[in-house]
Amino acid sequence: MDKATINPFGFLPALGRTIIHIIHELGAGFVFLLSGLRHIFTWPLEIRKTIQQVYFIGVKSIFVILLVGLFTGMVLGLQLYYTLVKFGSEGVLGAAVALSIIRELGPVLTAIMIIGRAGSAMAAEIGIMRITEQIDALFTMDINPIRYLVSPRILASLICFPLLTALFDVIGIIGGYLTGVVLLGINSGIFFSRMDSLVIMGDVSGGFIKALVFGVIVVTICCYQGFFVHQRTEGHGAKGVSLATTSAVVLSSVAVLIFDYVLTSFLL
Amino acid sequence: MTTPLIEFKDVTKCFGDKCILKKANLQIYPQEVTTLIGKSGVGKSVTLKLIIGLLEPDDGRILYQGRSMQSLSRKERKEIRKQVNFMFQNNALFDSLQVFDNIALPLKEKTSMKPDEIKSRVEEKMDALDLHDVESKYPAQLSGGMQKRVALARALITDPKVVLFDEPTTGLDPVRKNSVLSMITHNQKNFGFTAVLVSHDVPDVFYISNRIAVLEEAQIVFEGTPLELEQSDLQVVYEYINSVQSLENEIIELKSRLDLETAYKQISTQNNTLTAFVFTIENLERVRGRIGELMAHKVVRTVAGLVSSAMEGKSAVCGRYTQDTILCLVPGDYTAEAEKVIRKIQEPLGQTKFFHPTFLGSRCTPFGVLAGWTRCAPGMMLHEVVEQAENVKKGLARLVCGQNSGEKEEV
Repeated sequence: MDKATINPFGFLPALGRTIIHIIHELGAGFVFLLSGLRHIFTWPLEIRKTIQQVYFIGVKSIFVILLVGLFTGMVLGLQLYYTLVKFGSEGVLGAAVALSIIRELGPVLTAIMIIGRAGSAMAAEIGIMRITEQIDALFTMDINPIRYLVSPRILASLICFPLLTALFDVIGIIGGYLTGVVLLGINSGIFFSRMDSLVIMGDVSGGFIKALVFGVIVVTICCYQGFFVHQRTEGHGAKGVSLATTSAVVLSSVAVLIFDYVLTSFLL
Repeated sequence: MTTPLIEFKDVTKCFGDKCILKKANLQIYPQEVTTLIGKSGVGKSVTLKLIIGLLEPDDGRILYQGRSMQSLSRKERKEIRKQVNFMFQNNALFDSLQVFDNIALPLKEKTSMKPDEIKSRVEEKMDALDLHDVESKYPAQLSGGMQKRVALARALITDPKVVLFDEPTTGLDPVRKNSVLSMITHNQKNFGFTAVLVSHDVPDVFYISNRIAVLEEAQIVFEGTPLELEQSDLQVVYEYINSVQSLENEIIELKSRLDLETAYKQISTQNNTLTAFVFTIENLERVRGRIGELMAHKVVRTVAGLVSSAMEGKSAVCGRYTQDTILCLVPGDYTAEAEKVIRKIQEPLGQTKFFHPTFLGSRCTPFGVLAGWTRCAPGMMLHEVVEQAENVKKGLARLVCGQNSGEKEEV
């Protein structure tokens, strides 16, 4: 056994390298985001590409958001009803469902759904463009690849995330209404009046702030993973793209949950 | 001489521990076709990427019209980059865009042209490159050759001053390869751009290039015209130019002429005496032309095989001195035994099918094998040795055609 193997601090260099790598990635990701945001406002505006991305991120996600929103609201209505009934407070079911969805579940689940549907596709598409030198080709044509590929996606996410969150909120409340009022027999007047009195504008705007932040985070992480797929050390080519797609989904989902906690603590 | 349009001055580029370019110098002149040749992985594509700015040199300077790129402002570098375009090895066409949009992209994104103007310009380029009825197709729906033409149309749409071609013929069949090379040369003449080409298609690229640069071991080891390249005695150049013959020599285990020169120097310094045997295949060129490359190869292989067996145990170095001459250098004085050695070859050679009068019937082509030998005097050059041996050569075998028909034809 040599000195290196019995050194109790032998893990430190590896730990140090990992920390430096994480800090480097965070810094690079932030610069990438700033560059993407800056080019949103560079003339001429990329309106056509933004509309295409709004269609891809937003319109094509409507069905899945409706489905997830409806069942989330229904299951929430069911769960909360049986909890509240123990305290004789089933009258506040409408408010409880609405607050849970508007403040928390709406923005988070919408973001997670968009990550699965559009974020992974973004990472894969940009990753393939990178490995097939299409991004280099943009550069050789003096077209800024971040402006061409990333900025329209960031702008589209800023438009789509709040709108889809709003849709999720509405359909989730309808789901809660279906279980609470239609199936379990709560008075619909009480359901809505309590909701009206307990849900304030701050809850709604807080939800939208979360949606905007999640939108930026998700698109930045997914585009970043695809854009720099060629710099991955674990795999190149098709394997690199598959790893980048997996990383994009995992990292953006984790980031959404972390930022949800941070934002909630600031917004409450 | 004209000032180079692009010039590398002591450029170094490394990736980790591996240096692709080490103080490399290169000159590219305006409105010429410069071809960069070199083995796979030596850094030819990296050189192109350095020119266009996709990569930055670690050391040294890249000059554009005499001005160092590194000393220019960002705006000036951008202006220069607008004048340079790149055709990628795998075309790098946008697979989600139709052909028209692929070609029009630089105009749509970087100019304020009206849609009608863009349309007419794209159509003009498509016509010039014989791209008809494909504007609404996607790249994946096109053949390899057509994709190359689309990539070229896109590279030329902004009328760049310089176009860089990264292995434009890779993966194409010989017919398409020729059409791509002729397309490049015709368009270079028509549009007057400076072309820098990375290619392995030797000697085909020599016909279309004004200048050739050879990249080897992180250095530009040769720069000049194709004619100058042919005269060069660099090993790598020899290998490139004679790549077909090199393969043939490797298969039949014969050394190259350069190897023979080196061996001659070594043997003559280590030994006082040296015997040279020269075997000449007469009319081999005609056999190649009339019957085919494969038949000529078989003849050379048979002769080389017999020569090798006859020279066994003599520490001989045998190689291809010219297309039709095999030279064997044997340490020591073998002149007394030479007749015996030659007979060892002559007997089995005469019995091979090649020397049977009915072989190949009406396509029979007369040819013969001659042998000569000499003892090398100190200080003689190799070509003098060969000439001396050839002066005393005698016939080993000869194919005479048309003996039965009475129309005798011999070498």
